[in-house]
Amino acid sequence: MHDLPALIQKSLQGDKRSTARLISLIERADPAAPFILEQIYPHTGNAYTIGITGPPGAGKSTLVDRLVQAFCGQQYSVGVIAVDPASPFTGGALLGDRVRMKHDRGDRDCFFRSMSAGKAMGGLAGATQDAARVLEASGRQIILIETVGVGQSELDVAKATDTVLVVLTPESGDSVQMMKAGLLEIADVYAINKSDRPGADSLSRALQVMLDRKTMAGGTPCWRPPICLTSASLGQGLPELYGCIWNHHDHLRKTSALEERRKSRLQAELQQKIEAELARVVREKILGEIEAAGWLEELWARKIDPLTAARRIVAAGFAETTGSK
Amino acid sequence: MTRKVRVVIAKLGLDIHWRGVYLVSQFLKDAGMEVVYLGNQFPEQIVEAALEEDADIVGLSSLSGNHMTLGPKVVRMLGEKGLDHVKVYMGGVMAPDDAAALETEHGIHKVFLPDTPMAKIVEHMYASVGIPRPQPQA
Ligand SMILES: Nc1nc2c(ncn2[C@@H]2O[C@H](COP(=O)(O)OP(=O)(O)O)[C@@H](O)[C@H]2O)c(=O)[nH]1
Ligand SMILES: [Mg+2]
Repeated sequence: MHDLPALIQKSLQGDKRSTARLISLIERADPAAPFILEQIYPHTGNAYTIGITGPPGAGKSTLVDRLVQAFCGQQYSVGVIAVDPASPFTGGALLGDRVRMKHDRGDRDCFFRSMSAGKAMGGLAGATQDAARVLEASGRQIILIETVGVGQSELDVAKATDTVLVVLTPESGDSVQMMKAGLLEIADVYAINKSDRPGADSLSRALQVMLDRKTMAGGTPCWRPPICLTSASLGQGLPELYGCIWNHHDHLRKTSALEERRKSRLQAELQQKIEAELARVVREKILGEIEAAGWLEELWARKIDPLTAARRIVAAGFAETTGSK
Repeated sequence: MTRKVRVVIAKLGLDIHWRGVYLVSQFLKDAGMEVVYLGNQFPEQIVEAALEEDADIVGLSSLSGNHMTLGPKVVRMLGEKGLDHVKVYMGGVMAPDDAAALETEHGIHKVFLPDTPMAKIVEHMYASVGIPRPQPQA
């Protein structure tokens, strides 16, 4: 097979093919994944990450294309991860975000990767975050992560970024419904896209009112999400949106918010990984031994009750796994 | 966890027929593959996508008569990027002689003429990548 350390080395030097392969290995939870993550982690932590979320068809991918153009125009090296839903039956997926990448890509320093929401071994947010780390370690300074704004795991992906851009359209419907969807809780910047169509102004007013109410309820927030009217397809309002995103970045940098945000993300990730690791240990070390040990017979004969049995098994299992170190 | 077959699907050049290709993409998804759908693209973008998406297969549709030039160009450019392992499939309306030439002389892994049953395409792709087809979960 391939030489893993060489593959990692080449990816760290910016080689696209090696980078693409590393992402695949991590995505599919290959046995090599922990080693890869260990090796690249020291090379991460500084990229500016932006989450783009909103209803299907809102124009997220088209906006991503325009933002990539803007970032690359300022000589940034950009990575994109675009997540689409997977079929619950076969795990297959139709990943269509690349369709919108229409510009001539020759002049862009960009790596675009489509990802299925189905793989998510350690949670979708974990999988995209690890892929983003591979991209950063290979030299990407700005990383855009697009997800459809439906479902908790997709929202978690967006939340695990420095700046969350929520994309709505005049057709997005009444704001009550969006609030329910949890989209509005996580926005740092709003884009009302397709503002070439009627209704953008009234949605903008409704959002302003909602933000006002939030301000009154919770005191003055240190960041009020700006609302940008855009038309990604006609190229309107894009410099303003670009400016708003950077303003949020600068705000995060000026206050201690960026560090806090990233630290709390790491905290959540550690917690999540501990839970996954515990589940793995339980599966591999403890559950396998129950049958062999004849516990079921004891339960059946009413010699012991299930709760007491479970506690003994777990205690013994841990004594063994920690004692064996 | 078994890995998924990753397929990059594109219409070559300015081919404007889209129904067939999109339908095929849906089928491949339902057969458990991860399909990166590109729409209309030229060889440069298709090869870039195959590179970044770590594709096993590139599927090209051609209905506008450019199959003898653009198809082989994709194969050639994949080779230049060190992506010789990527299998290139083509589909579309063309003379059987052209199809044969593409397969024997131009490095196209397989050409499927219209009316090829989807099940055959799916089976061929799984076999070429060497991954067992996943069974649908009830
Ligand atoms: N009228 C209009 N259409 C747009 C605009 N932005 C995107 N679209 C179209 O909306 C459709 C969905 O766009 P896409 O970027 O794929 O949306 P996504 O699902 O949110 O990623 C495409 O047909 C786009 O061309 C816009 O600003 N105005
Ligand atoms: Mg999209």
